[in-house]
Amino acid sequence: MAEFKTLTSTAAPLRVENIDTDQIIPAKYLTAVTKEGMGLGCFSNWRYLTDGSDNPEFSLNKPQFQGAKILVAGRNFGSGSSREHAVWALTDYGFRSVIAPAFADIFYNNSLKNGLLPVVLPEDVVQTLWDTLEANPNAEITVDLPSQKVTLPDGSSVDFQIDPFRKLCLLEGVDDLGYIMKREAAMNGYEAKRPY
Amino acid sequence: MGKTLFEKVWDAHVVAQDEGAPAVLYIDTHLIHEVTSPQAFSMLRERGLKVRRPERTFATMDHSIPTRMANATDVIPLEMWGTEQATQVQTLRKNCSDFGVTLWDIAGEVQGVVHVVGPEMGITHPGMTIVCGDSHTSTHGAFGSLAFGIGTSEVGHVLASQCLLQSKPKTMAINVSGQLSAGVTAKDIILAIIAQIGADGGTGYVFEYRGSAIEKLSMSERMTICNMSIEGGARAGMIAPDQTTFDFVEGRAHAPKGDDWTRAVAYWKTLPSDPDAVFDREIHLDASKLEPMVTYGTNPGQGAGITGHIPKESELENPAHQRALSSALEYMGLSEGQAINGLPVDVVFIGSCTNGRLEDLRQAASILKGKQISSGVMGIVVPGSKDVRNKAEAEGLDKIFTDAGFEWRGAGCSMCLAMNEDKAGAGKYVASTSNRNFQGRQGPGSRSLLMSPLMAAAAAVSGHVVDVRQML
Repeated sequence: MAEFKTLTSTAAPLRVENIDTDQIIPAKYLTAVTKEGMGLGCFSNWRYLTDGSDNPEFSLNKPQFQGAKILVAGRNFGSGSSREHAVWALTDYGFRSVIAPAFADIFYNNSLKNGLLPVVLPEDVVQTLWDTLEANPNAEITVDLPSQKVTLPDGSSVDFQIDPFRKLCLLEGVDDLGYIMKREAAMNGYEAKRPY
Repeated sequence: MGKTLFEKVWDAHVVAQDEGAPAVLYIDTHLIHEVTSPQAFSMLRERGLKVRRPERTFATMDHSIPTRMANATDVIPLEMWGTEQATQVQTLRKNCSDFGVTLWDIAGEVQGVVHVVGPEMGITHPGMTIVCGDSHTSTHGAFGSLAFGIGTSEVGHVLASQCLLQSKPKTMAINVSGQLSAGVTAKDIILAIIAQIGADGGTGYVFEYRGSAIEKLSMSERMTICNMSIEGGARAGMIAPDQTTFDFVEGRAHAPKGDDWTRAVAYWKTLPSDPDAVFDREIHLDASKLEPMVTYGTNPGQGAGITGHIPKESELENPAHQRALSSALEYMGLSEGQAINGLPVDVVFIGSCTNGRLEDLRQAASILKGKQISSGVMGIVVPGSKDVRNKAEAEGLDKIFTDAGFEWRGAGCSMCLAMNEDKAGAGKYVASTSNRNFQGRQGPGSRSLLMSPLMAAAAAVSGHVVDVRQML
């Protein structure tokens, strides 16, 4: 898994609530048997017009937000389907962090397993951030995992919460499986005394 | 202090728990399908790992497969499928064969939507932990199991270790009292709950549905309710096992037998929440006050009763909710304040893991018998499994549907997520018994109106959303 420490980047505002994983990656892109190339389908219903060309009105298509590694979206981001393809689409597109007032549980967990850092910031901070980014698209944000701080374009910083174990996994780029597999003895013991 | 149903099941599955770390949770049953498993098997191959407990792993094909029939018993042959869909199915066959996993193949006798087939085969038991790379795994909570959807990374973890690293969620009791009136169903209960708490109201929680209205429900109805827990933000929803549960499980292919059955039932009877158990949050709903529900927006929390109307922006206080309403109505082509009764319908979809079981088809058929679907409306009925399909045919339900003008399809997820060719068409309004009304969920540009099988059948006949209670 890709490790995550500190990220400084421009950020793309996506002023939409309840962005479900069907929007992040529509079902037609789920027929793949690999993870590669999912970025092509990222937000495709909004990103492309019906003739396949780019929708110039969509925030991520605007020239000023090209190359942004941080996405700033509305509450309940990643709701709906458990498809990890949504995370693969965002990372393949180029995002390393998503900031939102709240995330859906399965998406949040899937992100952590792919080095995509979900950052929960208060609703009013996100609201202000959208205004700032739309007025000044070159503004940079720093997401610092070790200190659990986001430094905003005006230089102020906001703390964010993350489970200490998940933080450690991201900082070291290690996944769950190694940790679980070390519990072989405990697993064998557990399986030997199942209730029925 | 006593324990909740959730806490009992959770505690019974903790293999290891380090301070400051999530629990290593044992998974009793792992369900897999063709869409979210291939990358997990690739990970096993890359790391040289085996499936730790193939006998606890069950696969079927449902998400991307076609449901169009070639003849009376078989869906169209593989050569006529989309290349990528065919590849996914072939990949699942190879993975199950290579790793020794039971596969309920589309070419066999048993197959269907994973959450319909599991309970049918008796692999879903009270007190189990059950996971699947699908968010509607919450369905199995109807049996008093802890069942939740996982991502593909976690599918790989469970294949390799039969365990998951999980942080303990909070508990929410959803108390549903009172008696449902005629024409109001389990689907209306869950749509009303989600409308009350919002699409993210349950984030971080496991629901326990309880109370006199829940206790009276059949297993099929309980599955409908638990299925949509995720639409209220909760990864899992549970219902205490009781005699209704035991009667459903007994005698099924994978149900415990003989002394094992006796021991199992004795254990299952210890699972319901203790009288003094405390939940982190409780909400209440009076089933007798409910009416048939319909969603008008683009998240499942945007629903209202059939005699109600779409809210006006001015009625909502939260700016985020106002923004969500205005963007939803723009997509849906509907207006604030518009009456629910009379909303347009072009397509009717009856099926899915929410409402694709035999009881659901019987309900829809009870409205459609001797009637015709409105001209200009296209309708498909997609049974949740081959077993549902066979039993429906034995009762003559297929004839009622086809006589009314519906297409009678093979089993699968179909237009619930429109991964195969079953798509509604841009701008079309779909009266759907499924679980999600997201933008484009039932095909690019499609507009979903979620409702019960009774209401969907009534909409098919009327050509618009109508109060089914007038047709009973």
